[in-house]
Amino acid sequence: MSGPVIDVKGLVKRYGQRTVVDHVDLTIMQGRVCGFLGPNGSGKTTTLRMMCGLLTPDGGSGTCLGHDIIAERDAIKRQTGYMTQKFGLYEDLTIRENLEFVARVYRLDHVRSRVDAALERLGLATRQHQLTGALSGGWKQRLALAACVLHEPKLLLLDEPTAGVDPKARRAFWDEIHALAGQGITVLVSTHYMDEAERCHEIAYIAYGKLMARGTADEIIDGSGLKAFVASGPGADRLAPLLRDAVGVTAAAAFGLDLHVCGPDEAALEKAIAPFRADPALAWERTRPTLEDIFIHLMGEARDNAEAA
Amino acid sequence: MGFLLRLWAMIGKEALQLRRDRLTFAMMFGLPIMQLVLFGFAINSDPKGLPTAVLQSDNSKLTRALVAAVGNTGYFSSTQAVSTEAEADELLQRGAVQFIITIPGDFTRKLIRHETAQVAIEADGTDPATVGGALAAIGQAASQTLARELSGPLASYGTPAAPVDIVLHRRYNPEGITRFNIVPGLLGVILTMTMVMMTALAVTRERERGTMENLLAMPVRPIEVMAGKIAPYVLIGGVQVAVVLVAAKILFAVPFVGSFALFGAATLLFITVSLAIGFTFSTIAQNQLQAMQMSFFFLMPSILLSGFAFPFRGMPAWAQAIGEGLPVTHFLRIVRGLMLKGASLEQISGEIAVLAFMLILVSALAISRYRVTLD
Ligand SMILES: Nc1ncnc2c1ncn2[C@@H]1O[C@H](COP(=O)(O)OP(=O)(O)O)[C@@H](O)[C@H]1O
Ligand SMILES: [Mg+2]
Repeated sequence: MSGPVIDVKGLVKRYGQRTVVDHVDLTIMQGRVCGFLGPNGSGKTTTLRMMCGLLTPDGGSGTCLGHDIIAERDAIKRQTGYMTQKFGLYEDLTIRENLEFVARVYRLDHVRSRVDAALERLGLATRQHQLTGALSGGWKQRLALAACVLHEPKLLLLDEPTAGVDPKARRAFWDEIHALAGQGITVLVSTHYMDEAERCHEIAYIAYGKLMARGTADEIIDGSGLKAFVASGPGADRLAPLLRDAVGVTAAAAFGLDLHVCGPDEAALEKAIAPFRADPALAWERTRPTLEDIFIHLMGEARDNAEAA
Repeated sequence: MGFLLRLWAMIGKEALQLRRDRLTFAMMFGLPIMQLVLFGFAINSDPKGLPTAVLQSDNSKLTRALVAAVGNTGYFSSTQAVSTEAEADELLQRGAVQFIITIPGDFTRKLIRHETAQVAIEADGTDPATVGGALAAIGQAASQTLARELSGPLASYGTPAAPVDIVLHRRYNPEGITRFNIVPGLLGVILTMTMVMMTALAVTRERERGTMENLLAMPVRPIEVMAGKIAPYVLIGGVQVAVVLVAAKILFAVPFVGSFALFGAATLLFITVSLAIGFTFSTIAQNQLQAMQMSFFFLMPSILLSGFAFPFRGMPAWAQAIGEGLPVTHFLRIVRGLMLKGASLEQISGEIAVLAFMLILVSALAISRYRVTLD
């Protein structure tokens, strides 16, 4: 199968009066790693839950792995690995017992040898009889990933798998994700980290329940039409609070000693920074906006829309 | 000053949290009121209006006056007239009546001949607390009636020294030993306590720890989750029953006259009902604390209104109605019937049917409330 693995249209989820996911369309091709970004509470978890049959959408339709997300939940569940945002394995079972339980629920054959192999790959073979609750955050996440690929799923939905994990463990985690994608597994992974977003083949950005941007990192940056400047020199970083609320500026932030400013309209942006450009000690240069610039910009836009509605 | 301010901040926070926790709030006011009502109104250690069968082989003005007087004591109600001893026995064994009053055919004749006449009373001794007051009342009623009746036109016959000899016979528990009654009740209460609470906790624990979402994302069916959660506790319940029974036999020499197979089947049914109730609680409770609170809320009336702690027939009608709605009430009757009276399947079938009906109702509720999704 090389068609779309996820293909959903117009997904809507409401809680009471609030529309938490608002007409989200998403198509992901086989073998791709898609980063799912968005501020807290923007509806990432809710969207993932609708895709794996844990929540019933209030509107919209679509397929995962060719199965209808509403009518064929069980078929999707059998071929999908879903890693919950909160650690979902049993802390009062040992590492091995957890993996064996998962293997049995999926009715896998050769439970012992599969679990042995998974433990070996993880490097947890010597600790297999420890209680899972005793593992550190990074290990827990790797164990959770091992548990959700035990049944050899074709699709992985990972919900903030690296939140609160140190950089080394994060890197190891992402190496594993790419190894899995190399085997043809499709991955949709939510994250807040920009460096992780850049490791994805493509990105979907959601804010206030609306899908705001879609494509590769370059496509999103080029398509945004955002302009950016970087200022360097003594005290450049201290200008951020002065520029942040200026007309025409979406974001102004200090990066080390430098200042990074961006805005959607070139003329307005130039006008905003003009007073500071007069300072001969500062060097101003055009620069390519970063993904973060764009996300902050999109978030503001989505908020304005949400408030206008 | 700093101390008081911080203390005030702390008190304010606790009060806010408490107000948000509706269930705890309700429990705080609900439990004392419930206790007050139950202890104050529902519990009557001198039960009256006990159902009685009257086997009256002699039908004279005297005996009719005697039966009327017995009714007037207030201790006996719906005095059911039966015509054969077998019929009366059946009623007593089924638990439909508490007493059988037998007036022998030669009652009036003996009195007239200045002989001592006999009235036989058979009491269901499985619940000794129910019997005491009623027996004292009947003796008094009999002597007063006869004194009055024999003083009118019959005065010429004179009054014998002891006109009536009341022969008491406690059935099933001849010595009126309280613990014979306690053991079946304890069985029911222990099972209710562990079964309801354990399952309620087992399911809410998954939700509270966040493992439920993971479980639901895997291909397990609701019935598999429910049965899988319940099964280990059925076993635990079985062990609890065995322990109580063996202890009762060894320590208190409580007899067991009925069928073990029937007892096993009835117990299994009761355990399953209790587990289903616990499971239903878990579909409502948000966390383990709430599950615990709900279980206690259920346990209280199960102890007080089931006939375990206090005589069932001593309770007012509304309390009896609540009691009838509790599975443990029916289990208690079944176990008393089986252990002490040697009841047959047919005699306990009514109670079994009620339990089975409860099981269907509660399971349907549990399954309809259980969600494979997180909606
Ligand atoms: N069960 C629920 N009931 C009510 N609101 C909910 C529920 N689950 C999520 N929400 C709301 O939906 C919004 C989106 O949540 P979520 O999908 O978890 O966001 P994200 O994962 O992007 O942080 C949040 O504002 C959250 O408060
Ligand atoms: Mg989330």
